[in-house]
Amino acid sequence: MSNDTLTYVTEEMRAAQGEWGGIRTAPPITETDIRRWAMATYYPRQPPRIYWDADYAATTQWGGIVAPPDFNPFAWPVQRPRGGSPGFSGRRPDGKPLTGMNGGQTDTYGAPMRPGDVVAARSRLVDWWEREGRLGHTLYVRSEIEWRNQNDELVRTRMSISIRY
Amino acid sequence: MTIDFDKLAVGDKLPEWSRRTGFAEWNRYAAVNEEFVPFHMDDEAGRRAGNEQGAFGMGNLRYAYIVNALRDWVGDEGIVREVGCQYRAINQKNDVLTVIGEVTGKSIVDGENRVRLDINVVNQDGGATCPGHAVVVLP
Repeated sequence: MSNDTLTYVTEEMRAAQGEWGGIRTAPPITETDIRRWAMATYYPRQPPRIYWDADYAATTQWGGIVAPPDFNPFAWPVQRPRGGSPGFSGRRPDGKPLTGMNGGQTDTYGAPMRPGDVVAARSRLVDWWEREGRLGHTLYVRSEIEWRNQNDELVRTRMSISIRY
Repeated sequence: MTIDFDKLAVGDKLPEWSRRTGFAEWNRYAAVNEEFVPFHMDDEAGRRAGNEQGAFGMGNLRYAYIVNALRDWVGDEGIVREVGCQYRAINQKNDVLTVIGEVTGKSIVDGENRVRLDINVVNQDGGATCPGHAVVVLP
């Protein structure tokens, strides 16, 4: 097969383009979740007090502990959601699995995440493109993911690029 | 330390923010983000994924370093409003990653004192691994 006709794009992707998927809800955020996230991403240094010292945090504009903007409340669900449609990630014509890699993202942050917050997410496929790269034929898929809290405030919008080869 | 929005100028630099990265950092990030991908954990899996040097670091951890560098700069009275980057190069074991940035513009939008920066994460050889941009809000 020539690379002019090779594609990893699936019918599932074409059918889903632009359509918001179902809503997924994260477990409530705890102070411990936030402290551990901050400790991991600042390691081996101590993270800022805003992420773990409630008394200090109360004196700031935030009025209490907030999570780092990049905090992920969706880690560690008790029941992992079924993979939805695997075809959303592209597929090789020969059936061999594709390797996935994170190509990048742009996040816009709104309301901060706080202990007790429950964040819900929905996502959609925006578009995709393919080219011959260092790793061979490569599919780039752009997705939009929107997070809202229990008050329906927009927490984060992410445009992300997934690389499949 | 509070940054004075009025005195900030295009070309001003973000204070550099560095970490040496390897399994100690990657494993901690894997644990909090539940990101247990074999090529971040195992040299053989890294080679199978196309990286001759073995396991390699998460893009998301570099993203966290950018967010941390910005937050440490603006302090608790500032806001990190937007961060975007592309992962262009691999984070190899024992790389010393440094977040760098430069102010490219200032504006007042919706009453917010917004500062736009070009950012990157460079390794110890000066290699730019993660070009991007950010928008922060100053008091």
